[in-house]
Amino acid sequence: MKSPPFEYARAASIEEACELMHQHGDAAKIIAGGQSLVPMMAFRLLRPSWLIDINEIAALKFVAVETDAVRMGACTRQRVVARDDALAARVPLLRQALVCVGHTQTRNRGTVGGSLVHADPSAELPLVAQILEARLVLRAKSETRTLPAAEFFAGPMMTNLRADECLEEIQWPVWRERKTGSAFTEISRRHGDFAMVAAAAQIAVDDDGRCTRATFGVGGAAPAPVAFPELAQSLIGHRLDKTKSRAVAQEAAAALEPDSDIHASAAYRRHLAGVLAARVLLDAYDSARSAA
Amino acid sequence: MSEALYSIAVEVNGTQRVDRVSARTSLVDWLREYLHLTGTHVGCEHGICGACSVMLDGEPVRSCLMYAVQADGHRIVTVEGLARPDGQLSILQDSFCEAHGLQCGYCTPGMLIAAQALLDTNPRPTDEQIRDAIAGNLCRCTGYQQIVDAIALAAERMAKGAT
Repeated sequence: MKSPPFEYARAASIEEACELMHQHGDAAKIIAGGQSLVPMMAFRLLRPSWLIDINEIAALKFVAVETDAVRMGACTRQRVVARDDALAARVPLLRQALVCVGHTQTRNRGTVGGSLVHADPSAELPLVAQILEARLVLRAKSETRTLPAAEFFAGPMMTNLRADECLEEIQWPVWRERKTGSAFTEISRRHGDFAMVAAAAQIAVDDDGRCTRATFGVGGAAPAPVAFPELAQSLIGHRLDKTKSRAVAQEAAAALEPDSDIHASAAYRRHLAGVLAARVLLDAYDSARSAA
Repeated sequence: MSEALYSIAVEVNGTQRVDRVSARTSLVDWLREYLHLTGTHVGCEHGICGACSVMLDGEPVRSCLMYAVQADGHRIVTVEGLARPDGQLSILQDSFCEAHGLQCGYCTPGMLIAAQALLDTNPRPTDEQIRDAIAGNLCRCTGYQQIVDAIALAAERMAKGAT
């Protein structure tokens, strides 16, 4: 349960981190909060020759609440994000999801960027990124590019981050509709564990209670978190009730092909996906309707 | 292969400690094996049990999920740092004794750190907030109820200004 030997470099700047990743490529891993990476190294699932530590780079730790988006540095601690009231007012799903992420001790150290790059299919923040269409700024020594979440996640624990790239910033779109609501829920064996299945939704309504904008998705039931843009689009112009939300959620669940594993069977995961998706759709809708 | 050693300077329980460590030495191993601060316990070594909780710059973290080299320049408080300067138990520690908040004692240092972190920011926690604060710490003896009682008792005593 001890990590294998490696060499360590503490990067003082994002430029230095990119330079080190350029030099070492596949042989190096970036360590942010380490809440997933360190256990994987202790289990010897990963044996990087180098760890590039980005924890001391102040430029990677910020939250900037802007009109159309909240931007945050990749090494921003989950605790900082969960406590930020201005952020919670603009992108409420982040706080709603972070309640389910690990425990106080892991959120104090764990980072938003680390969770996205780790890309566990059951993880909460990748699901939020997927349904909100977050944009990820990826920095390499000679080039910076921005990928939408849908193009970033590639499969279980897999992303399209190149070996020499460092996630620098995450941009979370802010919905400016006055009556917007969101909801996040999951089923796990114990609070704080990885979800067997998680679901998230965000909905905006007009004064008549008709949906004007909607998004929802499911985590833990596919190789990467899944959003359902077509089904969400089908809600536009409609009021949502139990029957409607169940019907849409069932259609979403039927489109999933979850795996069976030690934690849950495929059938149980699909069942949960339908139940939880219906629940978040209705909760998000109700909270949008009651928004001032 | 001889591993490279990295110089670190870490404030531990108010004292500056200087050492040279291999990169893979976890913070908890450094605290226990090199500083002989064996109050912090190693349970699962992969971030599940919470027995190794310490304060990093005032916030509780798992010391098995950090390398000692990463603590360079930072401030650590272990369970040894919770007692009063004269070595007497703190109100929180005494409350654990009073309320039978421990049996085997393995999880206790982690529970104390988690509880102290809670009381530092929330001196009058509800039972629910107490349970949430220790949700990342596993206890296999007490069923948690006496631990919750102990933390509530400590909060009550602190509010009364008990010494």
